[in-house]
Formats: sequence, C-alpha cells, structure tokens
Amino acid sequence: MEETRKIYSVAELNRAARFTLENGIGEVWVEGEISRLTRQASGHWYFTLKDEAAAVSCAMFKQNNAAATFEPKDGLNVRVLAQASLYEPRGNYQLIIRKMEEAGKGSLQEQFEKLKAKLASEGLFDASRKKPLPLLPQKIGVVTSPTGAAIRDIINVLTRRFPNIGILLAPVTVQGEGAAEKIAAAIDYLNTRSDIDLMIVGRGGGSIEDLWAFNEEIVARAIAASQIPVISAVGHEIDFTISDFVADVRAPTPSAAAELAVPVKTELETQITRLAARLGGSLQNQVHILRERIPGFRQTMMHALMDGLRLRQQQVDETSRTLAECLKNAVSVQKQRLPGLQQIMAHRMESAVAERKQNLRRLEVQLRSLSPLAVLDRGYSLTETADGSVVRNADSLKKGAILRTRFAKGTVISEVKEKEA
Amino acid sequence: MAEKTVDFEKSLERLEAIVEEMEGGELSLEQMIKHFEEGSKLVTLCSTKLNEVEQKIEKLVKKGGTLSAEAFDQEK
Repeated sequence: MEETRKIYSVAELNRAARFTLENGIGEVWVEGEISRLTRQASGHWYFTLKDEAAAVSCAMFKQNNAAATFEPKDGLNVRVLAQASLYEPRGNYQLIIRKMEEAGKGSLQEQFEKLKAKLASEGLFDASRKKPLPLLPQKIGVVTSPTGAAIRDIINVLTRRFPNIGILLAPVTVQGEGAAEKIAAAIDYLNTRSDIDLMIVGRGGGSIEDLWAFNEEIVARAIAASQIPVISAVGHEIDFTISDFVADVRAPTPSAAAELAVPVKTELETQITRLAARLGGSLQNQVHILRERIPGFRQTMMHALMDGLRLRQQQVDETSRTLAECLKNAVSVQKQRLPGLQQIMAHRMESAVAERKQNLRRLEVQLRSLSPLAVLDRGYSLTETADGSVVRNADSLKKGAILRTRFAKGTVISEVKEKEA
Repeated sequence: MAEKTVDFEKSLERLEAIVEEMEGGELSLEQMIKHFEEGSKLVTLCSTKLNEVEQKIEKLVKKGGTLSAEAFDQEK
C-alpha cells in the first residue's frame, strides 16, 4: 500500500510554522536586553532581545516605534509587547514588537503615578505657584507640532477672538524619541524672549504613548521653571498629563486653550465703551443733583431763618406775658391785703385808746389814794418851807423860819419860835 | 510679561474702580471732575492698547544655528 505522505514546500512549511507560532503563542509581554540594534532608513528598528540563556530576533516597525517613549540602545533592558512570528523568506523565528517600555521603570501608568507623586511632593502642583494669565497678551507662544490639527485649531480660535493677536509658533515634534527634550527646549527658549506674555503647550489627541512626552519630567520641569504663564493643552478632555498638573492652567483641548488665552476683543471694546458711558453719566448725574439741590438749599435756609425768627418772637411774647402776669398778681395781692391792714390798724388804734383810757382811770384812782392831801383828810398836816419843800426833819429848820402848814381844809403861815431837842 | 499687558490690565482695573467710586455718590464735585479727567485718559489708553497689539503669525526656524521668526503659512 502506497504510503500517503504530505509533502510541504519550504514556503508552505514556513507559513505553517508561522501560523503555529502566531496562534500558539500569540501576543505576549517579554523582558530582555537589547543588542545589535539597527535603525533602518525606512524607519523600522531591528534588534536582538536576549537574556543570559537565549536570544530572539525582533522587528519594531515605524508605525509602532514612533510612539516609543524613550530612546532604545544596546544593553538596555526592555519589556516588549510582541507577537511571536516567523519571517517566512528566511524561516527566521522573530518577534514583531508593538510596544516597548523600559524594564524596571514599570508600566507607563506606574511611571506616571510615580512622577506625579514626586513632583507633587516637591510642591510643583501647588495652587500658590500658579501664575495668573494676562488679560490682554500681546504675543502668544505656541509650543506644538507645526503640522497637526492642534496648531490650526489654536490659530483659528485665537484670531477669531482677537483678530490682531500676535502668535509665535515654536515647532516641535510632540511624540516619539526626543520629543520631550525638544518641547522643554522650546519652553526654555520662549522664556528668553521679551515679547511673549503667554504660552500654550500641547498637542491633539492620541494614545497614552503618543501623549507621553507631556508626562516626562524634563517637560514638567521646563513648565515649572517658566516665567511666562503656561496653558497646557494635551489631547482630549479625558487625558490628564503631568504637564497639565504643572501648568498654570490646564485646558481640556488646544481649542479650549486658545479660548482661555485671549479675551474676545469686541467684548473688551464693549466693556470700555460702557465704562466710558458710565464715567460721563456719573459726572452729569452729580452736576444735575447739585443743580437740583440749589433751590432746595435756598428754601432750607429761608425755613431755618424763619423758624429762628418765629422762635425768638415766641420767646419774647412769652416772657412779656409772664412779666405782665407777675406784675398783675403782685398788685392784686397787695390790693387784697390793703383793706385788711386798715381794719387791723383801726382795730389796733381803738384797742390802744381803750387801753390807755382804762389805765388813766386806774392811775387817777391810784393817784388820788396816794395824794398827801388825802392824808390830810385823815388829820395829818403838811409843812413846807417858804421855798415849797416839804419838811421831813426838824433839824433843817432854824429859829424864825417861816413855815407854811396845810390842813385838810385851809393853810396857815407860822414862825419857828423854838426848837425842841 | 510684556509691559503693555500690565498697563492695559491696570488701566482697565483703575477705570472700573474710578467709575464705581463716581457712581457711589460720595465724592465732591471737585473730586468727580478729577476722576472724570483721569477716567477719560484711561478710556483712551485702553482703546489704544486694544488696537496696538500687532497681528503677526510667525514660526521659529533655525538658520545656521540661531533661531529666527518667519511668517507661518497655515495652509501647510
């Protein structure tokens, strides 16, 4: 029986081997050291990935290596995401590399978090570091690719808002090898110029690898060191890069950055016109108010004068009225007292007269009882000398003295004949 | 930051402050007139500054090791 055998051509075999490799192993992450790196003019990279025990050929095509976030070189340890395959023309087993990371640095996400934490701890994201954006920039520096949609969007929005704005583009490659260094150098350079007052640093959307330059420390440090305020505008709304955190303002997109960068000129013009109108208006208003107040002043003054006058008049009136009242009262009081006094006086006179009459009568009686003539009635006589003095002691009499003796009835004249001891 | 920018911002701020003070009604007529004169100057200054900004879209090019600015053709 004839043995049935399948005969492969070499090409068929290689293809089968390739299918087996591609399906059997598929896409895997592999870590190893780069050696014998060559970069072809076509843009493709070829190298060998090896470790202590083994080696494998690798190819990284242009469309994949453009997004590399670092420069590969011999001896560098890398981690690659690769499709196991076979180069059919030569039957060479090889890896087709899609992504490449530096081994030991961790994944891009890990690197991002690590750098973010480091810069945050240095205070580079602090709100106090953020510079205010100028209200009216004269010239805006734009650090981005000269060919992307980003620069077109930025120029369109800037000139729409402020037709005569000055723009200076610092053209840089925004992804791939060396992009971060170029971006940082452009930021540094713009800071040496005196005509730039604001900077937009960014690019349009892309994968995390595409945007990676804006997650590099060198770019972050250049932004942090910039004396000119920086608006970061990387990718789309959802993309956050380290540049965004360090920049003075983060814009979600390049167009949004342009919106933030300049005011709308017509709005500023309107604002100034309005202020000018209010300026003139308020002065006119003040003059108007003052003019209105002049007749008012006059009236107020007249009122004040009249009021003062009226008040004085009233005071005078009141005083004179009080005075008149007082006088009247005083007079009437005196008047009322007068008849009483007369009565009292008359009464007093009467009683004084009566009293005196009574006294007189009593004195008469007394007098009568005391009169020596009354004693004479009782048999006594009264002897007087010629000069009329009453004789009380015979010693005062001399012989021959003439005496006058009164009796109760009648008087005799006698002569002293002798004195008896 | 270029001097002009600062001038414009300060001028506009000062103008706003002046207008608000004048509208506050606390000023004497003499002060009002002084404010008005200063404000009028600021209005002129601000309007001038708005139009002073020079329209130019340029890009940096390296020529013999030094950078210089030349007109940027957007259509590229």
